[in-house]
Amino acid sequence: MPSSPHLAIETTGLVKAFGDTRAVDGVDLQVPTGAVYGVLGPNGAGKTTTIRMLATLLRPDAGTARVLGHDVVDEPDAVRRRISLTGQLASVDEELGGHENLQLLGRLLGYSRRQAAARADELITAFGLTAAASRLVKNYSGGMRRRLDIAASLVVTPDLLFLDEPTTGLDPRSRNEVWAIVRALVSQGTTVLLCTQYLDEADQLASRIAVIDTGRVIAEGTPGELKASVGRSALHVRVLDPERRDEARAILARGLGDSVHPDPDPVGLTAPVADAEEAAEAISALTAAGVPIGGFSLGQPSLDEVFLALTGRPATDETPEEVAA
Amino acid sequence: MSTAATTSPDTPSTTPSEVALHAALASGERPPRVSAPVACLAFAGRSMRKIRHVPEQLLDVTITPVLFLVMFVYLFGGAVAGSTDDYLQFILPGILVQAVLFTTVYSGVTLNTDMTKGVVDRFRSLPVWGPAPLVGAAVGDLVRYLVAASVTVIVGFALGFEAGGGVLGVLGGIALVMLFAFGLAWVFTTLGLLMRSPSAVMNTGFMALFPLVFLSNIFVDPSTLPSVLESMVDLNPVSHLVTAVRGLLGGTADAGDIGLVLGEAAVLTLVFVPLTTRMYRRA
Repeated sequence: MPSSPHLAIETTGLVKAFGDTRAVDGVDLQVPTGAVYGVLGPNGAGKTTTIRMLATLLRPDAGTARVLGHDVVDEPDAVRRRISLTGQLASVDEELGGHENLQLLGRLLGYSRRQAAARADELITAFGLTAAASRLVKNYSGGMRRRLDIAASLVVTPDLLFLDEPTTGLDPRSRNEVWAIVRALVSQGTTVLLCTQYLDEADQLASRIAVIDTGRVIAEGTPGELKASVGRSALHVRVLDPERRDEARAILARGLGDSVHPDPDPVGLTAPVADAEEAAEAISALTAAGVPIGGFSLGQPSLDEVFLALTGRPATDETPEEVAA
Repeated sequence: MSTAATTSPDTPSTTPSEVALHAALASGERPPRVSAPVACLAFAGRSMRKIRHVPEQLLDVTITPVLFLVMFVYLFGGAVAGSTDDYLQFILPGILVQAVLFTTVYSGVTLNTDMTKGVVDRFRSLPVWGPAPLVGAAVGDLVRYLVAASVTVIVGFALGFEAGGGVLGVLGGIALVMLFAFGLAWVFTTLGLLMRSPSAVMNTGFMALFPLVFLSNIFVDPSTLPSVLESMVDLNPVSHLVTAVRGLLGGTADAGDIGLVLGEAAVLTLVFVPLTTRMYRRA
């Protein structure tokens, strides 16, 4: 198949089986260059196996995959020269220090001893790891390890970066730091393939998303299209005075219909809305009527809701363990 | 400019600085592809740094040969050779071989442990010569062999060993053992990729190594053995190595003995390096 110059990744009918399990079962992907492309799916959906084939670590059983114009089976070295991988397991050496890890990779990527040390210094500083530079990585916190892991992928800035669940298990602050790094990277022109279990994360970072389940792509599009296909999001409102909740409910019902219902929380109300605009109008109606509100939020549909809408079953329903091999 | 540079040690986790981050990402002319020897040396450096971080890992390669030497010389020396001094002369080259060969099993254990870590994925996705991580580790392991060999020889001298082959003979003997160990270690790295856990590699490795070491001419003169056993001992490559090392240390080196050992080391290397590499790339 001829490859388009605008595609960072192009796969056709990609298959990988482990024993009787078809971990990846005919995946077609078209990932444009210069943006974050999200691959969204639960554990065991085949995300990691797909990444491992694209990063030349696993041979596909069937189908083709071209990365930056090179076939992953026929020209693995050409692919390796332009990609980096930050895997789900920490892809740094835990028995070395942070600086040592970066310096080793610098040497392996062709820098001289001095250049490698200088590049490691630069990345250590940029990623806020100065105080821990010489400490063994096994003593790093989760967030620091993740940052080092991403820094290790950027010793030579790659054209394409594979990020496999970069924020799983991180606290919110570390997660935001990782997101900032990904945004900075994309602004410099790197394409990122981001595997995640969180719709929220894909929505924040990705310009397109493929949803995969049991080894197949079951939906593809922009985050907006995807959420639209899921349907309505939920508007949560908290009034200040529980006595006035029924009044508020009546006002909201004028714009949003009868489906406005009270929460178990005595000041809470929830209503499905089509979009942010409809939600804003409903809130304005409340304030115009003089009902004081303590807060409101527009809930994203969760991965579970996306899956429920796309597959008719929740994401966590008896999916097999992710095959690590 | 950078906030990270001024961070005090008690706040180790600092937010990456935006400016430094963008600068670091922008810099980056892609350097030329690294040559195979440089890649191997970089991986050997990785092993050395690990030893520097945890020097205790050299304890077993240091203590085991001392224990074996002292135990065999003083416990069995009188009974086997008539005097402990005579037995020391006989057994030291053998303990030297045994000490280094036992160390080779750890190459397989280390690789097996490595394979369970994500860092192997990074190494395998780098544009470097495929076998480099393995060859580099094998070169790094030579340091362990050297430590085990040196300790054995030094303790041997302290107990009164006399090397008829002089300094050159001793150095030659150590070099020959290390070369053979380099070849043998590849058998255990292959095993390390076949087995599911480090302890399985350890058990299987020693199970294979024990008969090779004890059914050799390390501890007894094979001519005292029943003939079936004697012919097995004579076929054992470990016996060939011990014979050659005894010759080098004692000053009676035989080119044929040394040539045989070099040939066996070469065969081990040529068969098991491609095998290990293939399994490593496919794992």
